[in-house]
Amino acid sequence: MQESLLELLKAWLPNLMKRLPEFWKATCDTLLMEVWAGSICFALGLVFGIVLTVTKPDGIMENRPVYQTLDKIINLFRSIPFIILLTALMPLSRLIMGTAIYVRGVIVPLVFGATPFFSRQVESALAQTDKGLIEAALSMGSSPFEIIFRVYLRESVAPIVRAITITTISLLGLTAMAGAVGAGGLGDFAIRYGHDRNMVDITWVTVVVLVIAVSIVQWLGDRLARKHTH
Amino acid sequence: MDGGCRPLTGEEQDLIELEHVVRTFCSVPDKPPVAAVNDVSLTVNDGEIFGIIGFSGAGKSTLVRCINLLERPDSGSVKIDGVEMTALKPRDLYRARRKIGMIFQQFNLMPSRTVGQNVAYPLKGSGLTREQQKRKVRELLDLVEIGDKVDAYPSELSGGQKQRVAIARALANDPTILLCDEATSALDPQTTGAILRLLKDLNRSLGLTMVVITHEMEVVKTICRRAAVMDKGEIVESGNILDIFSEPRHPMTKNFVRTTSHLAKLDDLIREGSPMVQLREGEVLVRLTYYGQTKVEEPLISSAARRFDVDLNIVLADVEIVADSMIGGTVAIVQGDSGKIDGALQFLRDKNVKVKVIKDARIPA
Repeated sequence: MQESLLELLKAWLPNLMKRLPEFWKATCDTLLMEVWAGSICFALGLVFGIVLTVTKPDGIMENRPVYQTLDKIINLFRSIPFIILLTALMPLSRLIMGTAIYVRGVIVPLVFGATPFFSRQVESALAQTDKGLIEAALSMGSSPFEIIFRVYLRESVAPIVRAITITTISLLGLTAMAGAVGAGGLGDFAIRYGHDRNMVDITWVTVVVLVIAVSIVQWLGDRLARKHTH
Repeated sequence: MDGGCRPLTGEEQDLIELEHVVRTFCSVPDKPPVAAVNDVSLTVNDGEIFGIIGFSGAGKSTLVRCINLLERPDSGSVKIDGVEMTALKPRDLYRARRKIGMIFQQFNLMPSRTVGQNVAYPLKGSGLTREQQKRKVRELLDLVEIGDKVDAYPSELSGGQKQRVAIARALANDPTILLCDEATSALDPQTTGAILRLLKDLNRSLGLTMVVITHEMEVVKTICRRAAVMDKGEIVESGNILDIFSEPRHPMTKNFVRTTSHLAKLDDLIREGSPMVQLREGEVLVRLTYYGQTKVEEPLISSAARRFDVDLNIVLADVEIVADSMIGGTVAIVQGDSGKIDGALQFLRDKNVKVKVIKDARIPA
């Protein structure tokens, strides 16, 4: 039974079955990029999103220079196509990570590519907080920092989870692109074999794996967001 | 004012003192800033319920936010219990705000927290242990008669219940002042009545000083003893509720009083030429207005009718209790001998009734 299944797979996916270890490695590399770049990006983006929210005009720590600077920087990096960012940031990547290739080498451009996007997502998540809640918290004597943690973040768990979901998924797209400059991962795998050598089965399997990954992330995100909605 | 609603301390003590408060907003760039609050001075006594009434956009919400400095005045002084609020350092200001509760039109409860967690919100950093906080929350919720909802989420509550939770939360740090910003404007009339009763009870039992912002004259009439009328950022009239109601001076105040009085219908009746106010020859249409000082215990109308042998046909009447006094009036058609009508009207004037002849169909002597 098991053997016949293996035979079937070998017949259907001849190229993939010959490169299974490489396929696993590519999947793990993608996961690694996702986790590392994602974690850094979420930490930074959360901070930037909060700073944008509180320093904007009429915010609880209104500060024009800080807001304007951050706002412009984020716009700048959001408008640079990721493929350009990948090559342009190579020197910086060598400086920080010691290399510009493989998983290590692509973390920096991934962070630069996804953080501005996530910062905006956080900003818009926090902007959904009812102004009245901020006013009520101020009237109860909360300090701005207290309001950030006890009102903004606490009340925005669901929208922030949704922002993380969206960003995780779009980051997955970026990791595939990063394969093009030698990062490895599923994108690289699909291009090298599926595209360059016309091994259609590899392209298909890669797509299926990515679809499954996206579905899992989306499902988890929705579940978490719903749990935090009252 | 009687001592019924406050602990007797002998003399009136100013608790909130605003002097020449100005707050402007630059809503449109390149245009001169608009003054939402323009040179307002007022004092609120310890233990009283003070009303600020005005149409929307009059600046009353901005004014009340100048008390706890949610809006920082451009100029002027804000003193709470003798302390100049505008001079406080941030940290001291946060502490001072804990002693000034505030409730809002939209309740502003945090949707992600249960009722109990909402009420406990301001208790963090109060020095109470977890156990003490829990007990305090229970007490507060019992005080506003909603003790059974401690684990419910705000989305499960009705408007009136939400406002009760908001009141409990505002009282968590035992404030001396409660600011109410259109607290009943989102509620139906019945719930409004219940919330106002609760506020009045709290004022009495806790000696809580309240500043009540509203556009509903009904609210001011029900719970305030003193009030100010605001228009275009300025206070146009202020004083005892009774005086404001019985003798409104500013057109804005008159407008507000009219909105709550049935007697205002008279003008409509006259304009429409209603048969109810059509006079026959020799009759006089009068409006009789009662003040706080009018002795309404006496049967004034029937006395006047009997003594002067005239008939009074009451067309409209509206008398109500404001600040424990009766005010209001009647509109009546007086029939009888011309001289006797004059006598009857004079008799009423002597009894402190304001008499206004609206239409006179007597043949001039």
